[in-house]
Amino acid sequence: MTETIAQALILIGLGFDLFGCIGLVRLPDVYNRLQAATKCVTLGTCFILIGVLVHAGISPLGVKAFLCAIFVILTSPVGAHALARGAHLSGVRLWEKSVVDKYEEHRLSEESRHAKA
Amino acid sequence: MTPAFLNFGLGVLVLSCFLCLYRIGCGPTAPDRAVALDILGTLIVGFCCLLGLASGTDFYMSIAIAWALLSFVATIGLAKYLEGRTFDD
Repeated sequence: MTETIAQALILIGLGFDLFGCIGLVRLPDVYNRLQAATKCVTLGTCFILIGVLVHAGISPLGVKAFLCAIFVILTSPVGAHALARGAHLSGVRLWEKSVVDKYEEHRLSEESRHAKA
Repeated sequence: MTPAFLNFGLGVLVLSCFLCLYRIGCGPTAPDRAVALDILGTLIVGFCCLLGLASGTDFYMSIAIAWALLSFVATIGLAKYLEGRTFDD
C-alpha cells in the first residue's frame, strides 16, 4: 500500500518537473518562464521528496528527504523573487502582451514623489 | 520500487534536464539563463532522490541537501549580480 502511494507521489512529481521544464522552453518572456519553472520546485521535486519519505518511513533516508523538502519549500520562493527583481532592475522588458506591471508603477510613483519633494 | 519504474523516472528527469540546457544555451537574456540554472539544480535534487531509492542508502540525500543549499546561494548571488549591486549592500 505505501509502495503504491509512494509511486503515485513520485509520478506526480515527475509530471510536474517535466511540464515545468516544457513551460521553461515554451513561454514567451523571463517572468512567465519563472512562473512555470517555480512549479517545478514546489510541486515537482517536493512531491518526489515526500514520495521518498513515504517509501522509506522513519529512517535516515526518509528523514533527510523530509528535511530537504522543508528546505527547498522555504528557499525556492525567496530565490524566485530575487531573480524576478534582479531581472526587472537589470532592464529586461515584459512580453508585449503582458497587461500589468505593478513594480514599474510603484517605481514611477516613488520617483515622482521624490521629484516633488 | 521496481527497476523499470526508477529507469522511467530517471529518463523523465534527463529529458527535463535537456529542456533546461536548451534554455541555458539559447536564452535570449541573462535572467533566462539564471532561472534555467536554478531549475537544473532542483532537478538534480530529484535525481539524488531516485538514486537514493535505487541504492537504498542515505548518502544521496546528504548530497541532495548540500546541492539545494548551494543552488540557493548561487541563485541569490546571480540575482544580486543582475541587479547591478555589490555584495556589501
